[in-house]
Amino acid sequence: MAIRLDKTDVVVVGLGGAGGVAVEPLTAAGLDVVGLEAGTWLSPKDFAPDELRNNYRGWPQAAQKANREIPVHRPNATAPDSPRAAVHPMMNGVGGTTLHYWAQSWRLSPWDFRVVTETRRRYGAARIPRSSTVEDWPFGLDELEPYYDQVEHALGVSGQAGNVGGVIDPRGNVFEGPRARGYPMPPLRGTEFVDSMADAARRLGWHPFPGPAAVNSELYQNRSPCMYHGFCNRGGCHVSAKNSTAVSTIPRAQASGHLDVVTEAHVTRIDVGRDRRVTGVQYRKGGETYVQPCAAVLLASYTYENTRLLLLSTSDDFPRGLANNSRQVGKHYMTHNQGAGVLALFARKVNRWYGLPAQGVAVDEWADDNFDHSDVDFIGGGNLWVYSDRRPIEAASMSTFGRAPRWGSAWKAFVMENADRWVSSYLQKTTLPYADNFLDLHPTVKDPLGDPVCRLTADHQDNERRIASFVQDKMEQWFREAGAIATQRLPVGTMGVTTHAYGGTRMGDDPKTNVIDRFGFAHEVPNLGVLGASVMGTSGARNPTLTAQALAWRTAEHLAKSWSVIAA
Amino acid sequence: MVKRWSRREMLKRAAVAGAVGAVPARALAQAEPAERYANLTAAQGATLEAIVARLIPSDASGPGALEAGAARYIDRALGDALARWRDAYSAGLAATEAYARRAAGKPFTELSADRQDSVLRDVEQNVATGFTPNSATFFELVLGHTLEGTFGDPHYGGNRDFVGWELIGYPGLRLAVTPEQQRMDARPEMTRLSAYDLPMFAADDGGHGDEHGH
Repeated sequence: MAIRLDKTDVVVVGLGGAGGVAVEPLTAAGLDVVGLEAGTWLSPKDFAPDELRNNYRGWPQAAQKANREIPVHRPNATAPDSPRAAVHPMMNGVGGTTLHYWAQSWRLSPWDFRVVTETRRRYGAARIPRSSTVEDWPFGLDELEPYYDQVEHALGVSGQAGNVGGVIDPRGNVFEGPRARGYPMPPLRGTEFVDSMADAARRLGWHPFPGPAAVNSELYQNRSPCMYHGFCNRGGCHVSAKNSTAVSTIPRAQASGHLDVVTEAHVTRIDVGRDRRVTGVQYRKGGETYVQPCAAVLLASYTYENTRLLLLSTSDDFPRGLANNSRQVGKHYMTHNQGAGVLALFARKVNRWYGLPAQGVAVDEWADDNFDHSDVDFIGGGNLWVYSDRRPIEAASMSTFGRAPRWGSAWKAFVMENADRWVSSYLQKTTLPYADNFLDLHPTVKDPLGDPVCRLTADHQDNERRIASFVQDKMEQWFREAGAIATQRLPVGTMGVTTHAYGGTRMGDDPKTNVIDRFGFAHEVPNLGVLGASVMGTSGARNPTLTAQALAWRTAEHLAKSWSVIAA
Repeated sequence: MVKRWSRREMLKRAAVAGAVGAVPARALAQAEPAERYANLTAAQGATLEAIVARLIPSDASGPGALEAGAARYIDRALGDALARWRDAYSAGLAATEAYARRAAGKPFTELSADRQDSVLRDVEQNVATGFTPNSATFFELVLGHTLEGTFGDPHYGGNRDFVGWELIGYPGLRLAVTPEQQRMDARPEMTRLSAYDLPMFAADDGGHGDEHGH
């Protein structure tokens, strides 16, 4: 039988990028918090610079809960399932995927909050794709700005501001929305190659700038600056210069005495009482089933698991899953169309052996609504990113740009010459939500506990394919200007399991089309909050983590301030 | 378990490989597999060695995948991280031999390098018969693992004596990298280290075990 534990104030399900942030304002307000984390604590000793393990064997995800419940994708509701991914892209662990992510820590642009209004105003309502379910956010960037500022300083984000209080600084992103103050640390250093790309962008009349990263460019909160050793990409930091929640917000919450971290806890259900309020959380640990009663729950697992846990948590009052009487759980699913990158070959060695994915240069001219879309057949765009990061197996697995076979002596001669002459780019693109793109439970594929895994039904639509083609054109132009002798466009692919998954529990004022209200709490369940990119109604064209973290801080702060109402 | 090669043995092997020169695949593979295998049979090991020796050949430019120990890497990994591919290797290696006999009249290991290449091209281009589900799938499997075994951390049994990293000019592991070492013309001295040679990541048994640092 289940072991019933003593009641606590708040249960946070998942101590990753979002839940790991929320615990700091909760505990600072004196609330007692139980953090349920499926993974374990990891330490710098675990973060060996080992490309084979980190990048090819999916360590440490491969041995984890997430990997036993990898979602299954199909491109549309009549297509067969796609081949299942071998490794879940996210990881369990205290700190979650902030342990091994790229740590790019962007704010969304003002446009992302008002896609519908701004598109109508500038181009007419007909420019919004007919089958898109996009809505404006319930608030604008100005509402979230103080929380972006809060988490940039709480975690430690390095970067160059481009707009402080409306004053544009061309060293930063001239397209960004106004911020109250600059970043707490200067940007990470460039490299000679990255700087040469920035020069090329300027020759094109563009405005390149160093991107923001939750990586220390200097000593911060007594943690080391970055050592640029080259294994940040899907690896943890051996000197704790990557500001995961495991080294920043979570330890401070623990120090308050109000946070109890429970590791290796596999949450299976969220319980609801007769008054349609959450009463606690069930989890498995060490072969036992526990019930953790609480006054409020913040659901902070990954996008796929947020939807799955709600759909699994059925009851008399919520027969289709918790907070899903509106049938909106799982809807408005988006990604970043990350696949359609561009590769380039240069005539000289560029030395990308060291560095990190966050050590690079961005161009934002072609993102969001930063350019006039009157004469193009899409809305939105993409952020262009070139960086210093490439380890040896990846280097040797290079494209041969049609200039050599894929193996044998001629291949060997080619890679000996070119392994350090090729460059990749990272193009993050707007993805709109569509009625046809959604998450639900798979009818037959189950995890080891017998619960169905999440199913993704999703594919890129015309608007997104046009963005990809347009942005790849721009990236090729940039590489050519920088001296590339060859470029190659990578395929768009489909919307499979990804690190940038949005939606499923969208935030909005209308309870008929949104699961979560403007503060992050379920319209149908007042003491259930949801954290993570699953609440975002637009994808933006840049990494989601900082936005998920700003929203998490805001929702946690709202819970603490409104405790007597929400937890009553 | 496969024993861990001493550094001296590794150097000796690398020297032998270098001396064999242009036709090591045939010379080594025809006799007997260079390694003792843990998860493959001797015959399977010989076939795999012959394949990896053609994917990344030893030639005038230096040693290749065989000398890097890519076959040994794959064999070891088939016992743990790549265990799910064990049956695919058994079947694919047998199918390669059977196809070579049908298409070229001899076991794959006894063909000339040119004939081996033409068999492998058939396997790559999915025209070789007798494979499940098809030959191209097997080819991609072996090619990917050969790259891992040639260019991955030597801890896993491949990239012996850092031949893979030398081949592509990777200057090796450094726990801290200076701005100067990131300049385009920088050619930092190669460090010749496995991650697990570094004390902070060394296994608790002193770094001499074959376990994989989990």
